[in-house]
Amino acid sequence: MRMSKIVRTATDILYPFIIIFGFYIILHGHLTPGGGFQGGAVVATGTALVLVAYSWKELPGLVSKNLLWFQESGGLLLFIGAGLAAMIIGFPFFYNWLAGSGSIFGTPVAFGPNPGDLNTGGFLPIMNIAVGVEVWGGLVMVLLYLLSALEREERA
Amino acid sequence: MFLNLPYVTVVLLTCLGIAAILFKRNLLKILLGINILESAVNLLIIAIGYREGGVAPIYTLAPSTNMVLPTPQALVLTSIVIGVATSALLLSFSIIIYRKYGTVNVNLIRELRE
Amino acid sequence: MKQIIALITILVFAGSLLMIVTNFQFGVPIKSDMDDYFLKFGQVQTGTNNQCTSVTFDFRGFDTLGESTVLFTAVMGVALMFRRFIRGEDDADE
Repeated sequence: MRMSKIVRTATDILYPFIIIFGFYIILHGHLTPGGGFQGGAVVATGTALVLVAYSWKELPGLVSKNLLWFQESGGLLLFIGAGLAAMIIGFPFFYNWLAGSGSIFGTPVAFGPNPGDLNTGGFLPIMNIAVGVEVWGGLVMVLLYLLSALEREERA
Repeated sequence: MFLNLPYVTVVLLTCLGIAAILFKRNLLKILLGINILESAVNLLIIAIGYREGGVAPIYTLAPSTNMVLPTPQALVLTSIVIGVATSALLLSFSIIIYRKYGTVNVNLIRELRE
Repeated sequence: MKQIIALITILVFAGSLLMIVTNFQFGVPIKSDMDDYFLKFGQVQTGTNNQCTSVTFDFRGFDTLGESTVLFTAVMGVALMFRRFIRGEDDADE
């Protein structure tokens, strides 16, 4: 069951902006209010708009089921892998070994008010990205499966 | 008493949720009661962590360093996402039960099974 | 009869909760030593300005790990229940 042409056109226009706003919230999670969970929920809202405007059976090129499964498991694996990488180097599990190291995301931060730098935070931005991708995949998968059950009920 | 208004709201929401779970016979209304209970718990944790005149625990260029406690906010952050996931799981259970028994009334389901 | 007992139980529960809650004072945390430590040293130790993120992912990383696992498990449960509808098969083949 597709919705009307007005809704579909508005979805096509709005979808990139919602996705980009969600990515902004995810990437700036260590500087501004936000983070992986909230940004992932925002991006999932954008994808849910696509799923509701089009039919879930057609799965318009913007959404792919296999890619969603890959996001769901890949996000969790990246999360655990970032924790395990500290053990390989020789630190305890989940030790923030990137913070203050001077490499990527490693600019040291002093105590007190400061304007904020994107290149800080150690492995927290990596964790934010992992959790954001996982929440995105998870929420859209739940919606996809519930919609499939709903459509089945209508046909019967 | 009025200074404790958030805590009184927590008590009201808790009793509302438990009453919905105990008195309602519809599975969807029980699910709504569980969600209300969860909101009450979230509000309680947030209210415990509030500090008088505090700002959000984020360092910016603002000079104020009187901040609310960060740990309750982080706990509630994860709790909300868990709530969404469990709500989806319970809704799926409701759909399966409706398809098998043809009703979501708890009493009728119990009679049908025995 | 059963409903009256449940109602009385809820009222007693609400009264005891109210008695507990009136001891709290809104705006003044009872114990805040751990959070003061997080606010003071979290910025230097984890390099983040957002202390919520530093608590969520660094100081309480195990908490978030378990939470991600719960999310994954819930999605797997939903997918297992509805997997045959999305493939378009009939449920007669089970």
